[in-house]
Amino acid sequence: MTATTLTTGAAPRQIRGGVVGMLRDSWVVAKRNLRRMTRIPEIVVFGLMQPVMFVLLFTYVMGGAIAVPGGDSNAYKQYLMAGIFAQTVTFAVAGASAGIAEDMTKGLVDRFRSLPMARSSVLVGRTIADLVQTAFTVLVLAIVAFIVGWRFNNGFLKALGAFALLLLLGYAFSWIGALIGLSVRSPEAATSAGLIWLFPLTFVSNAFVPVSSMPGWLQAVAYWNPFSATVQACRELFGNPTGAPTNSWPMEHAVWVSIGWSLLIMAVFSYLSVRKYRSATA
Amino acid sequence: MSEAAISAEGLVRTFGDVRALDGVDLDVPEGTVLGLLGPNGAGKTTTVRVLTTLLRPDSGRATVAGVDVLKHPDKVRSLIGLSGQYAAVDEYLTGQENLQMVGELYQMSAREAKARAKELLEWFNLADAAGRIAKTYSGGMRRRLDLAAALVVRPPVMFLDEPTTGLDPRNRMALWEVIEQLVAEGTTLLLTTQYLEEADRLAHDIAVVDHGRVIARGTADQLKAQIGGERVEVVVTDSAALPLAVDALSPYAIGEPTVEPHTRRITVPVTGGARVLADVIRELDAREILIHDIGLRRPTLDDVFLSLTGHVTESDEAVAETESPEAETATSRKKARV
Ligand SMILES: Nc1ncnc2c1ncn2[C@@H]1O[C@H](COP(=O)(O)OP(=O)(O)OP(=O)(O)O)[C@@H](O)[C@H]1O
Ligand SMILES: [Mg+2]
Repeated sequence: MTATTLTTGAAPRQIRGGVVGMLRDSWVVAKRNLRRMTRIPEIVVFGLMQPVMFVLLFTYVMGGAIAVPGGDSNAYKQYLMAGIFAQTVTFAVAGASAGIAEDMTKGLVDRFRSLPMARSSVLVGRTIADLVQTAFTVLVLAIVAFIVGWRFNNGFLKALGAFALLLLLGYAFSWIGALIGLSVRSPEAATSAGLIWLFPLTFVSNAFVPVSSMPGWLQAVAYWNPFSATVQACRELFGNPTGAPTNSWPMEHAVWVSIGWSLLIMAVFSYLSVRKYRSATA
Repeated sequence: MSEAAISAEGLVRTFGDVRALDGVDLDVPEGTVLGLLGPNGAGKTTTVRVLTTLLRPDSGRATVAGVDVLKHPDKVRSLIGLSGQYAAVDEYLTGQENLQMVGELYQMSAREAKARAKELLEWFNLADAAGRIAKTYSGGMRRRLDLAAALVVRPPVMFLDEPTTGLDPRNRMALWEVIEQLVAEGTTLLLTTQYLEEADRLAHDIAVVDHGRVIARGTADQLKAQIGGERVEVVVTDSAALPLAVDALSPYAIGEPTVEPHTRRITVPVTGGARVLADVIRELDAREILIHDIGLRRPTLDDVFLSLTGHVTESDEAVAETESPEAETATSRKKARV
């Protein structure tokens, strides 16, 4: 044990500005979050159980009772999966909000804030890690869906496109989670605050039942729901039944509306989150 | 004359009704160590947080290595190393991964970061635990991991908030050596501590903080001199002999003697060192006063601390006044300040 070896540390380098530096720092933070997930696999496992349960319950328990216009009982199964995929990716909100709220209560955030790194990278790194987790969940879910009989019929490329739309939506929603996580005082509160509003959002949509069965005023809400656009777009790309044709504009341009909503949500909430993080840490 | 590596002027920060900082002024010349002392809640950690860009003051200004903390916090962050009062490590990463992450965030390559992490873990006696997640570390191990994280690079200015709290004597000594080495190589250090021995050994200069203000500043010797010089302390065997003993001591006293009847202790300020002590012993012997214990005392930093922050006297001034000359000084000093 000699002091000479210890003090040979190099002088710190200047902060690497710009997008490249930010992305590099974000990746270091993302690696940290992904490592944590492997250390606490319960988080990933419970994140999987809920959607898998939904697939099984809707397929075998409720599937028989819900009819899709112009289809048999198998049609509902095909109709349903896009809805469950979309709901699953939006649940990334809860992961992001709980994760960030927890980080903010721990000392580690002080370490990050005293280092010459891009401030936004703490949040970007978190949302990237959540995106990886979401992708994993969707993959497992797709396999389960395949086992119970769900199929995509428009070719592999379009199916990939659908998954890309889903992940984009999930990524956008994790920024909503980031803002929630920064706004509440405890991780427990963040989990419920992250989840509670997702139920009305995902149920007042075309995800589980055709919108045509809802009262008129609710139909308008459901068609313009950002969530519905992604579900509709996925059904089209998967070649799954879409329910009765509508003459609602967002449903007729579902792919572009889905992309537009996701980008808009991402832009607004990443801006608000980064601003909130800066002020919370000043 | 060297530049101030850390300087602060009139830092004020309130939390609701609490005035955590009430006008802190500091300056630390380059290459020196400032020890920040003060009772719990005095504002030490808050001062460190402001200087390390973690907290914005309500008013005041500060520079670190010549860079304005409020105007260019990003620049300051590339010039400082910090180990806060509470360990800032990721509980679910291993020791190795924690340090590697910090290295990569300092723009090191993965290989460099890995090598540096390994080196630091060995140095801080954590090599055996390098592959375990930090959640399984003991308090002192976490503390050392956090200190290692502060030393991943060698910034020109370091802030250590109670770095040796919770360390066993061997690790504390080892850290002192590291700190001395860093300072010898030119690092400027601001150190807070509750161990006055630590401040005495490491700090060139000491600032005592209380209620969000710097109430005294100087070298350890200057501060000790401020509260008075040597004293002879006598504990008599029989409390009935106390008046006799006071009488015997008074020719050597250069100030009021203090008597603590319940401990049978008399303390008198003197000058002349060991010679006076010998005279006093002879005098007591001649008068056949039996003594239980006797000694020559010089003020320690503990005395300085208690005297300046006056917390002994605050709770019960009357008792404290009879208890020790330090407390008395504190009381008069406090009165003088008011
Ligand atoms: N985030 C906060 N919110 C509310 N009050 C705070 C906060 N941080 C500090 N304080 C208050 O500011 C005062 C100074 O606290 P600080 O942590 O700086 O003390 P300290 O000198 O470091 O004490 P210690 O020796 O116990 O570490 C205390 O009264 C504390 O309660
Ligand atoms: Mg403190």
